[in-house]
Amino acid sequence: MNVHARRQPTAAEAALVDAFVDRMGELPGDGEISSARDNAIEALKEQGLPSRRVEAWHYTDLRTLLRSVAPYDSAAGTNALPPIISGSAIAAVSNGVSLVAPRVDGVEFQKFSEKLSEGSVIGDLAIRDGDDTIGQINAAYVTDGWAVSIAEGIELGAPLELQNIQTRGQGHVRFPVKFGKGAKATVIERQAGGEGDGFSTSISNVTVADDCEITWIILREHSEQSTQLAQFIATIGRNAKLNLYVVNAGGKLVRQEVHVLAQGEGCDFQLRGVNLLGGDSHTDVTMTLGHLVENTTSVEIVRNVVTDRARGVFQGQIKVNKIAQKTDARMACNTLLLSDDGEFDAKPELEIFADDVACGHGATVAEIDGNHLFYLQARGIPESEARGLLIKAFVAEVVEELQDEELVEALEGILDKWLAAHV
Amino acid sequence: MLEIRNLHARIAEDGTEIIRGLNLTVKAGEVAAIMGPNGSGKSTLSYILAGREDYEVTEGDILYNGESILDLDPSERAAKGIFLAFQYPMEIPGVATMEFLKVAMNSQRKARGEEPLKIPEFLGRVKTAAASLDMDIGMLKRPLNVGFSGGEKKRAEILQMKLLEPKLCVLDETDSGLDIDALKIVADGVNALRSPDRAVIVITHYQRLLDYIVPDTVHVLYKGQVIKSGGKELALHLEENGYADIIGEAA
Repeated sequence: MNVHARRQPTAAEAALVDAFVDRMGELPGDGEISSARDNAIEALKEQGLPSRRVEAWHYTDLRTLLRSVAPYDSAAGTNALPPIISGSAIAAVSNGVSLVAPRVDGVEFQKFSEKLSEGSVIGDLAIRDGDDTIGQINAAYVTDGWAVSIAEGIELGAPLELQNIQTRGQGHVRFPVKFGKGAKATVIERQAGGEGDGFSTSISNVTVADDCEITWIILREHSEQSTQLAQFIATIGRNAKLNLYVVNAGGKLVRQEVHVLAQGEGCDFQLRGVNLLGGDSHTDVTMTLGHLVENTTSVEIVRNVVTDRARGVFQGQIKVNKIAQKTDARMACNTLLLSDDGEFDAKPELEIFADDVACGHGATVAEIDGNHLFYLQARGIPESEARGLLIKAFVAEVVEELQDEELVEALEGILDKWLAAHV
Repeated sequence: MLEIRNLHARIAEDGTEIIRGLNLTVKAGEVAAIMGPNGSGKSTLSYILAGREDYEVTEGDILYNGESILDLDPSERAAKGIFLAFQYPMEIPGVATMEFLKVAMNSQRKARGEEPLKIPEFLGRVKTAAASLDMDIGMLKRPLNVGFSGGEKKRAEILQMKLLEPKLCVLDETDSGLDIDALKIVADGVNALRSPDRAVIVITHYQRLLDYIVPDTVHVLYKGQVIKSGGKELALHLEENGYADIIGEAA
């Protein structure tokens, strides 16, 4: 006998599920795309939003934290933003609608809405697993985005900036990006908000072929009202390098998932995270990394600055397959806690099935060092400025690893702006 | 320039009294050496002059150019011209030395109502000062003091002192950890700053540094008090006889 009592859906759950009937007519794609959307919304309806009882969401109880969902607002669209590095090619989506494709030699851009209408992206809408709430919401509602294909051997002279602008209202986008063999590029995935109440999901599906060298920077600046749930999903080929930066500088409720498979021998994955957390925000960076074959390497360094009543989460799971001998994987999560009411939870998880590997992880939480502060003050630097310098130094160390000076400068500008507003 | 009157101070955290009725006067143009055995309160005195919060003044006063500085925080004291060369300069990862120098110089200028330095002017000053201390300018591109040897750190302190042009320089055991060549360079740097409107307090355990920075006055600190003052010959006496007889005399 099934006595499974049906739980009353929360306001956010009801809003997410009920909107489907109204939205259906406007969502691109039919046939198999439609059924993929139906399956996604059914799964969401069945499971509801994950609570803390779901292991993967333990520190981000979405059922409690997501109180409401901003309604769609057809007037929320904007123009593209000026790029953070001048000369970048911009492929923008605003309010769930792609704008104009840039022209870059060796790079093809196609609106994701067209691919949905053509029905050529069915596999991409697959849900990862039962805990994949972001995948469910996005598959059900995705309207647009950019499918980008970089030809073999192309070396981009300027960054490619993918913009997802959601100033208010609701939007769901995807960026499937394929780098051909030996490509070298810097991509800036800019997740931008406005002043308003927004709800958005964004999924980047990235294929890094053999011998590529890719730097990918996720830069998030959202308002204190907006919620964003995002995924970065990548596979890395033989001898390729993927250098991923996640910079969170705003948003009320943010979850950035990173799912990476190191599947080509000799490949390397680097993750650098900078979480600048203030106000009443909740920010979660959750990574799963699979070392699937021999001789792969990875390093994750996450630096967090927490002030006010902000709460942050970093979950880092590294899985080393039985055949993945000589894996070298290291993970560190360091937090600078500036207020008594701030909180940061770090959960490392190593699952190692091979026996000849080097894996390690560490986490620290500290306040500003009083000796450092005194030293700077003794040289005439006023306390607030000295604190600012030390906080910036804590995260700038990670940013300065980037070789590109313009990029370092642009990111430090964002740090400065955040510090000026929050410290 | 500096007048310390019946100063009593303790460690804020546990209330241990370190300075117990200290009196000291240092005039403009004077180089005063403060000597004393370990634990006599020498470093504590330097921290209290710089305004470190870990110490609490319970009695007495510190007058700088006739005004009490007890209510000023460290950055305000620095802007007024008080400089402490640290015994153990801090390593601060992530803060580039050049950036630090620029912020420090311009913060002090701002506090004094002066315009910030233009970049070429700033760089010119740094290059000149670094060359006079035989320092490689490349070192200044590194994070502040990170990976510097003991000698390099002390040189970097003197470099900061030259650039900030303070009026009262307090050198806390600047000779510790220096070989003789580095000691000479550092001492030359200090001597070059000697001027009629500037006072220098040299805190040291040994006479050695005073061969190179010749003091006008020497003060012996013991148990948080100045127990004897004299001219430079007092330092030589201490070198030969140790502290025992002076301590005995005072007791």
